[in-house]
Amino acid sequence: MTGTPGGPLLVLAIALPLGATLIAFVLGGQAAARVARGSLWLWLMLVAAIAAVVIARGEPLTYLLGGFAPPLGIALVADGLASAMLLAAAIVLVATALFGRIAYPEPSWVKGGRAAFAYWCLLPALAASLAVAFLARDLFSLFVALEMLTFTALALACLDGRPSQFKAELRYLLFALLGSVLYLLGCALLYGAYGTLDIGLLAGKTRADAPTRLAGALMTAGLLAKMAVFPLHLWLPPAHAGAPPAASALLSGLVVKGAFVLLVRLWFSVLPGPPVAGAELLASLGAAAILVGSVVALRQERLKALIAYSTVAQIGYLFLMFPLLMAGDAEAGSRAWMGGMLQAVSHALAKAAMFLGAGLIVQSVGDDRVAGLGGAARAAPFAVLAIGIGGLSLMGVPPSGGFTAKWLLLRASVDTGQWWWSLVILAGGLLTGGYVYRLIAAALGPAAPGTAPRAVPRLQEGSVLGLALLSMLLGLLPLSMLGLARIGQPIMLP
Amino acid sequence: MTGITPFALGAAGLVGLGLYGMLAQSSVLRKVIAFNLLGVGVFLVFGVVARRGAAAGLPADPVPQAMVITGLVVAFAATALALVLTLRLHQTTGAVTLAEDAPAETPPAKPATDAA
Amino acid sequence: MTAWLLDLPLALGLFGAGAATLAARSLFGAVLGFISTGLIATLVWVRLEAPDVALTEAVIGAAATSVIILYVASRIGAGPVPPAPPAIALRLLAAILSALVAGLLAFAIFSLPAPAPSLAGAVLEMIGPTGLGNPVTAVLMAHRALDTLLESAVLVFAVFVIWSMAPERRWGRAPGPAFVAEPHGPLAFLARVLPPIGIVIGIYIAWVGADAPGGKFQGGAVLAAMWVLPWIAGLTAPPRISDMRLRLAIAAGPLVFLIVGLAGFALAGGFLAYPPGLAKSLILLIETAMTLSVAAALACMIAGPPERRAQP
Repeated sequence: MTGTPGGPLLVLAIALPLGATLIAFVLGGQAAARVARGSLWLWLMLVAAIAAVVIARGEPLTYLLGGFAPPLGIALVADGLASAMLLAAAIVLVATALFGRIAYPEPSWVKGGRAAFAYWCLLPALAASLAVAFLARDLFSLFVALEMLTFTALALACLDGRPSQFKAELRYLLFALLGSVLYLLGCALLYGAYGTLDIGLLAGKTRADAPTRLAGALMTAGLLAKMAVFPLHLWLPPAHAGAPPAASALLSGLVVKGAFVLLVRLWFSVLPGPPVAGAELLASLGAAAILVGSVVALRQERLKALIAYSTVAQIGYLFLMFPLLMAGDAEAGSRAWMGGMLQAVSHALAKAAMFLGAGLIVQSVGDDRVAGLGGAARAAPFAVLAIGIGGLSLMGVPPSGGFTAKWLLLRASVDTGQWWWSLVILAGGLLTGGYVYRLIAAALGPAAPGTAPRAVPRLQEGSVLGLALLSMLLGLLPLSMLGLARIGQPIMLP
Repeated sequence: MTGITPFALGAAGLVGLGLYGMLAQSSVLRKVIAFNLLGVGVFLVFGVVARRGAAAGLPADPVPQAMVITGLVVAFAATALALVLTLRLHQTTGAVTLAEDAPAETPPAKPATDAA
Repeated sequence: MTAWLLDLPLALGLFGAGAATLAARSLFGAVLGFISTGLIATLVWVRLEAPDVALTEAVIGAAATSVIILYVASRIGAGPVPPAPPAIALRLLAAILSALVAGLLAFAIFSLPAPAPSLAGAVLEMIGPTGLGNPVTAVLMAHRALDTLLESAVLVFAVFVIWSMAPERRWGRAPGPAFVAEPHGPLAFLARVLPPIGIVIGIYIAWVGADAPGGKFQGGAVLAAMWVLPWIAGLTAPPRISDMRLRLAIAAGPLVFLIVGLAGFALAGGFLAYPPGLAKSLILLIETAMTLSVAAALACMIAGPPERRAQP
């Protein structure tokens, strides 16, 4: 008995990109690039199939590896959250693969081929890591997934080989390693207390005793460090801003979401609940991230640093859903869950579009300061359009996915009487509008005298615009797609 | 229960030492060493849990042991990555700490066999 | 009673070695402290009745880790000026936090339920079809095979991540710098004498893991050491990273694991399931490939990114 029908799809979601990475690594050269690109298209179709099956069945897909059931074995489960995140990841990865056709065309073993070889090995590796992070139901397997994510993120950020990146990434690695080891310590305590690390089995069993509480605190602290939540956010802006555009898109769009999904599973399934005080604390940190991150973004001189601080701020929205889900109101909780999920998905698409677009613009005008972006709108119109659309989604302008997400969170906060979060959401939207406007206004301005902004390749502009449009269209999805969110949604009893 | 008491205390102590080292020491290499101390402590907590889970004729629960073996290999890989980053940072900027005002942005003089 | 005579000094020694590591004045002293901590931890693992883990801690946790730390430390040194310690307030805060965590941890461990929940019984129940005698190996290769598959992939990831950090102009060459060759020095002597013995020991440890303490990680690490030794002594050069055979060796383990796992769909009704009767042979096949990969990957990780100036 290996699980529900459709289960093998989950296995393939991990096995396909994993095999592609290994084969790309062995083959090297142009073959590596072809294998990687082909595998990412296949992966997109695969995760779309998974989402379709989950919606059709109305309940999560399960697979038991090796035929061994938990507590001894490891299970893979695709619920609404996992399917939606996988789909977002696949779309972003395909877009960055298209972007990379131009940016990293020549993997080889001679000087000049290093970054391209690494790029094409890393993309499917990131896909495999995310697949495990979203699908695995065992806390220790999720630890291994976190490490896989950390290593691939590291390499992506250092792709250019710049010394400043080595420093920023070393700081990131130390934060990330501390986070991982605290998470692992929590796993040890949980196993000692319950004899299993399977999320499904732990969900019913956990008591609010000392080992469980300490484990929860340690694991949460570790995951917060990995997600760059205020005040542990210091490593993110330099790391994401200094990385090449494709890498920043993947780091801000996808990698931080891996730790987020783990945190959600930990809080809503594993820990005995509802930990209301802790949820309020998390949301407060999120609110601080929104406000501080947005204000600092407003003051940034460099384009990519601005977008990186925007990531710090947008991640804060994800934490607002925690207290809203624990208030005991089923309707509001459902809205908050959907809002959080939509925020994660639409931010992934919008932020990736913004970073990729920013990369194109900087390439076009040759200047990475916000003040020096003039002339970009004429030379790279679609890239500027993509950044604008992505920015609208981040601000929460209808009909974007970002709007729907924030509106759902707003309604939930009003319905549960926690109206102060609404103020934070509105303030955040205003501040976001501020820095997006700054960006677009600069790009629409005239070119600096003496410079001649160059055009950028159509394929890259097209993929960036496609991403941005998708994040905008998310808000127009039919309700049946939003029903995806409810599948496997945790129920928090008061 | 009393059989593992000294080791439980030793493990907790190492975790405390490693955590302190990672936070309070300034040289990156020292932080990496402290991270490994922290790792030894965390793995020993798994070991205590495994020993407490002796059952069915086995002196220790094999599942946490398998987890530790996996964890040791992953921790080694992570250490190797951190060290390569440290080496490359030093080769390109001459710094050995992550401080903002790290010394000399020029690479130090190197012996003939090293990469320049 | 004898337990206390042995265990208490071990635990105190463990903590003491750790403290000495942090307090050491020189970097070299800190590494020595770390090696001692690792070796004492190995003894603790033996007392905790976990010989497989003791082997892994000794070879990978203590020895291999110390080798790479020492290697980088010797190339970097302490810097042009010894780094200033951080502000006293920060250190105090860190000390309080660390003490708090350690105290809460000890309290939590002692609050764990007794009798402790355990999967030992479940492992023994499900060990028959695998044909293995070592329950830890059974967990690694059968019950929680996904973790082992992913871990072997992590090693490959680490290798190409390390390679990707090479300076652009050295890309494509052999891993590591050009080591100075001293044909008549002690290192060269060891590099000639040890490998034949070490290779046999490594293969034995990997092989015997099916039924007794040991396994691919421990054996593979010993093999990696034997592979690296002639490189460091300057007697031979590692293969270039552009050599496909090297990359195939590194990736062989996870690839074979993945293929056998997928074949499980056809042969045994599921991914990473083994058909009864064939289980032990398939597991040994995977382990052989993985031993080779672990050895190659660890050797490359120790050597570092390609840095050679001249052609090997």
